[in-house]
Amino acid sequence: MDEFFKPSRRAFLRSGAAIAAGTVAGGAAAQGTPDPKITELQDWASYTGAGVDETPYGLPIKFESDVVRRNVEWLTASPISSINFTPIHALDGTITPQGCAFERHHSGAIELSKEDYRLMINGLVDRPLIFSYADLERFPRENHVYFCECAANTGMEWAGAQLNGAQFTHGMIHNMEYTGVPLRTLLREAGLEAAGDLSDKWVYVEGADASSNGRSIPMEKALDDVLVAFKANGEALRMEHGYPVRLVVPGWEGNMWVKWLRRVEVTDMAVQSREETSKYTDVYENGIARKWTWVMDAKSVITSPSPQMPITHGAGPLVISGLAWSGHGQITRVDVSKDGGITWETARLGKQGDTKALTRFYLDTEWDGSPMLLQSRAIDETGYVQPTKDQLREMRGENAVYHNNCIQTWFVNEEGIAENVEVS
Amino acid sequence: MSKSLNLFAPAIGITALGLGLAYGLSSRQYGAQTIETLEIRVQQIEANAARASAEAQTAAEEAARLMSERDQFQQIATDAANASTSLTAPAPVVEGTYELGRAALGEELAAWDVDVLPDGRGLPEGRGDVYTGEEVFVEKCASCHGDFAEGVGNWPVLAGGFDTLADKDPVKTVGSYWPHLSTAWDYINRSMPFGEAGTLTPDETYAIVAYILYSNDLVDDDFELSHENFTEVEMYNSDGFVVDDRPELEYAQWRTEPCMANCKDTVEITMRATFLDVTPEGGGESVMNDATTGDGPVFSASDDTVATTATDETDGLDPTLIAAGEGAFRQCKSCHQVGENASNRTGPALNGMLGRTIGSVEGFRYSNVFQEANTAGEVWTPESLAAFLADPRGTMAGTKMTFRGVREEADIAALIAYLQSFED
Ligand code: HEC
Ligand code: HEC
Repeated sequence: MDEFFKPSRRAFLRSGAAIAAGTVAGGAAAQGTPDPKITELQDWASYTGAGVDETPYGLPIKFESDVVRRNVEWLTASPISSINFTPIHALDGTITPQGCAFERHHSGAIELSKEDYRLMINGLVDRPLIFSYADLERFPRENHVYFCECAANTGMEWAGAQLNGAQFTHGMIHNMEYTGVPLRTLLREAGLEAAGDLSDKWVYVEGADASSNGRSIPMEKALDDVLVAFKANGEALRMEHGYPVRLVVPGWEGNMWVKWLRRVEVTDMAVQSREETSKYTDVYENGIARKWTWVMDAKSVITSPSPQMPITHGAGPLVISGLAWSGHGQITRVDVSKDGGITWETARLGKQGDTKALTRFYLDTEWDGSPMLLQSRAIDETGYVQPTKDQLREMRGENAVYHNNCIQTWFVNEEGIAENVEVS
Repeated sequence: MSKSLNLFAPAIGITALGLGLAYGLSSRQYGAQTIETLEIRVQQIEANAARASAEAQTAAEEAARLMSERDQFQQIATDAANASTSLTAPAPVVEGTYELGRAALGEELAAWDVDVLPDGRGLPEGRGDVYTGEEVFVEKCASCHGDFAEGVGNWPVLAGGFDTLADKDPVKTVGSYWPHLSTAWDYINRSMPFGEAGTLTPDETYAIVAYILYSNDLVDDDFELSHENFTEVEMYNSDGFVVDDRPELEYAQWRTEPCMANCKDTVEITMRATFLDVTPEGGGESVMNDATTGDGPVFSASDDTVATTATDETDGLDPTLIAAGEGAFRQCKSCHQVGENASNRTGPALNGMLGRTIGSVEGFRYSNVFQEANTAGEVWTPESLAAFLADPRGTMAGTKMTFRGVREEADIAALIAYLQSFED
């Protein structure tokens, strides 16, 4: 295992090693040497701290400055049409703070004020309407927690283990509490009599930015749980997530969650826009592509330990923690394996109840210090079991980009260092 | 959509008729002096009554329609909220509308409603030829997409890639992949040039699209594209898409109770992360991983603390299940033998199949797909065997086992138990 300790590897782990050293010092204190952090008067216990208003809008404390979105430059041609990743490895609970929730733009994030905002409802409606932002706030609104996952999340991993970190393999996801008006309320305001039989109708939704990202959504979904949202986690949406208004399409791929929503058109066929033909379609081994693959199937990942979250405390009590989600509804069970899928243990789920939202799971265990091949496997309310990479490849081949919901494996060695691997 | 979204079927209420009748009777009590005037009055009254009755009926119908529509939407709202365990009670649905927003004006609709449908609806009048298209393209597009639409650097390739869709890295271009020409016109018109979206005239867009078709050898150099001949252009990959078939192909297979113990014999690392440090501290290129798969440990079922090994489990098998399996094995006997003295026939002898590497019976000449699975070290598990027996050619494309598959799920479980009772 000497191969493992190439200089580059060391550089990457330096911060981890420092944390480990700190823990050791704490342990030593317990064995007899008094801890100066306790026995000596500390500055923070003597001097005063920051006054109120020092930062009118608070930011994370400086010690957490590495918990940020990260972009992998070589993945895309330009940061204007690009992606970055949520630091899921460093978060806990289920809600993603807006400030570190991944971004995906096709022509950059735009600054669109509430005053300049307009929403048009047109097409096969009785009364084509224009709403201002203020109008939207006068409709009855609801609050829901939903995950938003880019269809390309884990897409790099089709061909094999690629990127070393849960942030990079699974970070194109976030989970927020949205406040918004059900889309059906707005459609009803414009009147759907003109559309006649609704069972074969669609809505085409479009953003105000230069990419004019547009997607067709079947009417059944539009009338079901789609939200026209203007708040996330209690505050206004961030620019990068579509301020002032975005669409929330629960359980369905992130590209459909049109940001800076400016138009909803009722149509009698799918528009077949670029984002639903050239992109967000899945080519299989025989060259035939699947289209309209909207639902994000059940998936999970262990966020800690993971490559960016090595075990620094040695053998003993260990919390294995991760996230699970399904576009089909609730997560009902998550199993964790430490031996690459030979044996599975059922994990403890965090708060149950939210459908199409992230569920936190924990396996509270004892680590004996021997190597582990960590995997998690999600099961949702429909009984769907998250497939292995091999099952997915057998079914679809390796040409696909989107919808990779395979079981992820982290190899954890005796040092507690974790790495993205594939197993037999 | 099953919830009868055809909500607008008129409900002719008894109320409507009742209202009309009451109006007629009361009118008649007005009386008159002479028979003549009385007759005229009666005629007038009858006419009025008929009209009023019709009006009342329409009004009642409208009221009934609104009420039933309201109820339907309230039901959808409640269902959606309940299903999603909303954080708020469902938004109320009022009868009629909120009278919010304002009517969209013709000019506004014309400015924003510019998407083009696959059947050409939405196209403005105009035309442009390949020659003009080349000029415009070189001026406005070539800096990113190349003079011949072949792409520059990481920017999208717009031409070529024919017959690559079944390759590992399919080249998906307007020519090789896009199923509808409307998509190209619509996307270029609204979203390109990148950084100057929405500035092309209709004629320029027609010309550019003609040029892109020409770059893909789909039209000759004297071709002119216009709103008149637009729908006549045939796209190369128009038949290349199927609607999402995961429910039939995948969900059916993956909604099964997963294995918890002894799920595999051994597990080895087959691939390690390509990029070790994706975003190095000092910036710059990602750091490659130079560890090899041979460095990793091998995990095996017997190493596990689990009490039963694969063979022990055989002893615990249900005898009635094994007996049922013996019966079901009749459909296999034409090709397979099992038990003591079993030898290879059309198919290999099937002793000790569970936990055995696929395609590993000595002296049997396997198909390519079996040999590949063998080389990859894939092992027969209850799950993979069940999938194979249910659909041999679907799971192992190209297998020599020309057998349609076992129809009954119960038979599969029985067959597996039966095979499990024969050790190697
Ligand atoms: C400054 C660089 C640039 C210029 C100039 C430019 N494009 Fe693009 N083009 C892009 C980028 C970047 C994308 C991908 C955008 C995204 O990610 O959504 C793109 C996407 C496209 C696509 C879709 C490709 C696909 O496979 O989905 C087409 C078609 C296209 N451009 C045509 C044109 C045309 C025609 C022009 C000239 C009128 C043009 N572009 C000018 C950068 C450019
Ligand atoms: C028409 C002949 C035929 C029938 C009927 C048939 N098989 Fe097979 N079976 C084969 C052949 C040939 C192979 C080798 C596959 C290859 O090389 O592609 C095979 C392979 C197998 C294997 C994998 C063997 C290995 O070494 O990996 C199993 C297990 C198996 N069959 C089970 C069954 C069962 C159970 C049935 C009855 C339900 C059945 N087969 C019916 C011909 C048949």
